[in-house]
Amino acid sequence: MTPTALIAEDEPLLAAALKAELTRAWPELHIVATVGDGASAVREALARQPDVLFFDIRMPGVSGLDAAVDLADVWLGPKPFPALVFVTAYDEYAVQAFEAHAVDYVLKPVQPARLQKTVSKVQQVLSSRGSPAMNIEAAMVQLRGLMGGGSALAMPSVAPLKVIQASVGSTIRMVPIDEIIYFEAADKYIRVLTATSEYLIRTPLKELLPQLDANTFWQVHRGTAVQASTIDAVTRDEAGKLWLNLRGRAEKLSVSRLYAHLFKAM
Amino acid sequence: MKIDWIDKLRFFLHTQAFCLAISALQFAFQPERAYEIPLVYSVFIGTCIWALMDFGRHLFPSAAERGWPEGFGGLALPLTTIPMGYVLGTLLGDSWFGWSTWEQKSAGQLRVSVMITAIAGSAATYYFFNKSRSAHLQAQMAKANQQAAEAHNLAAEARLKLLETQIEPHMLFNTLANLRALITTDTDAALQMLDRMNDYLRATLKASRATLHPLQTEFDRLGDYLALMAVRMGPRLQYTLDLPPELAALSVPPLLLQPIVENSIKHGLEPKVEGGRITVRARCTAHLLTLEVLDTGVGMAASVHRSASTAEADSGFGLAQVRERLTTAYGPVATIKIVANYPTGTGTAITFPCESSQK
Repeated sequence: MTPTALIAEDEPLLAAALKAELTRAWPELHIVATVGDGASAVREALARQPDVLFFDIRMPGVSGLDAAVDLADVWLGPKPFPALVFVTAYDEYAVQAFEAHAVDYVLKPVQPARLQKTVSKVQQVLSSRGSPAMNIEAAMVQLRGLMGGGSALAMPSVAPLKVIQASVGSTIRMVPIDEIIYFEAADKYIRVLTATSEYLIRTPLKELLPQLDANTFWQVHRGTAVQASTIDAVTRDEAGKLWLNLRGRAEKLSVSRLYAHLFKAM
Repeated sequence: MKIDWIDKLRFFLHTQAFCLAISALQFAFQPERAYEIPLVYSVFIGTCIWALMDFGRHLFPSAAERGWPEGFGGLALPLTTIPMGYVLGTLLGDSWFGWSTWEQKSAGQLRVSVMITAIAGSAATYYFFNKSRSAHLQAQMAKANQQAAEAHNLAAEARLKLLETQIEPHMLFNTLANLRALITTDTDAALQMLDRMNDYLRATLKASRATLHPLQTEFDRLGDYLALMAVRMGPRLQYTLDLPPELAALSVPPLLLQPIVENSIKHGLEPKVEGGRITVRARCTAHLLTLEVLDTGVGMAASVHRSASTAEADSGFGLAQVRERLTTAYGPVATIKIVANYPTGTGTAITFPCESSQK
């Protein structure tokens, strides 16, 4: 069976170059699609089920790392989760993180010798692949390491926020942090949800999270942070995905596989 | 007040050596007297004068800095401490031998010892005065040297930072990666890109030295940069450079717009999936030159998303640097305005006085 691959790279010339180098380093590999942004990468990967993903880290919209997490959340098979190779230009810290978590990567400009090494590694991985569920979990462990490393570097703020200040028309509502059930990113805003109301704030989740008490609010998705004490139950659907039932809100929240390890019976 | 005890010890030992020399001289003129007598008096008197003078000078505030009191105090110090030291030292010497100089000595002997003290005291005072002044001058020179070195370091550091923002490693490596890709597929385009990069790098390196260049050159360099970025981003980057010919010769600080255009790409267009357009234009009204950079990127609200990351910190430095250069060159007349562009994106306008080129 011919192995297949997908390339996600926003710079067209670099995408073409990687494709050309791959043809040389791995002649039997078939590139099924080349896309230029993270969201398209997830869509195409899901549709074409490639064996290998070459994801550029810096892409417009959704980054390569986030795209990999998103894909894991929607991946249902039938094929095993693809082998991941990240592509990056000069970035010392990223490379250090990749090395630390044994994540495969290719540096731009792509050098044939280095690419050959990565290709051999990927070929080895493909030949010894386990069950789809195991693959996804292994990929998640790596990504958790990569991304957790980043958030650990973000200094915990001096004191956790006690109130969220949300403007409603010309007034500013002071929402006590205890009343908030969850935060959810929506386009350029964050929705702040209490049992009875909804507010919009402009502070991005990435900036807000370090200001929240990490034991009180848990990030369960790239765009969602929920007050742990308001979670009523955690259920797993047929696809293996986790859903949160909340006290005080009717809607269910989905848990990204990246954060699924938070929910385990004691 | 801080007292340098090593310094005090040094002066004390100098004084002892001086006293020994004086007593040796006295002995040489009066060998019939026991050497012990001039030695004890010389050492006691010299030590008393030294102690009074060396510690006494700290009572004068002006001595703290220069080592020696200024003006009247400079003269009063030896004039009071030498007689005081003489009397005190003589009394100490008397108690050592168990006699009284004032009762035993003849008027002539007393005159001789007063004269010796006065001459030796003055000579020693002059010596110490000189010593402390040269020490003060040396300290001043060392301080000045250190300040100069620090200023030099600061300037070098600022220049390095400027260079780092202008030649961002990520941009450089991405451009090289593109160049590598082009060499095999499109040699002409590769050569063109290489030339652009040459111009861009040369301009960037020169910009950290030159103080002004014509606006035309500024636009040419922006053209190089945007052309490089256009190769990388493909159809996602469109751009327009609009420079009215009558403004082409005006003088501007070099690469002033560069960080702003870079921000527009990095924080406006790069995060946007469909890309967009950058417009750079210049106009002059009432002797004020306005340079504008407009983009149709994701806009400020969205780009604040990354304010915690290092990328935004870079851009912060870029803008801070532009602001600083403007203020240095034109003072408070120069302004930077950052506004939301309609319907999306960001607009930055820099205004400062028109200056015609000297060239």
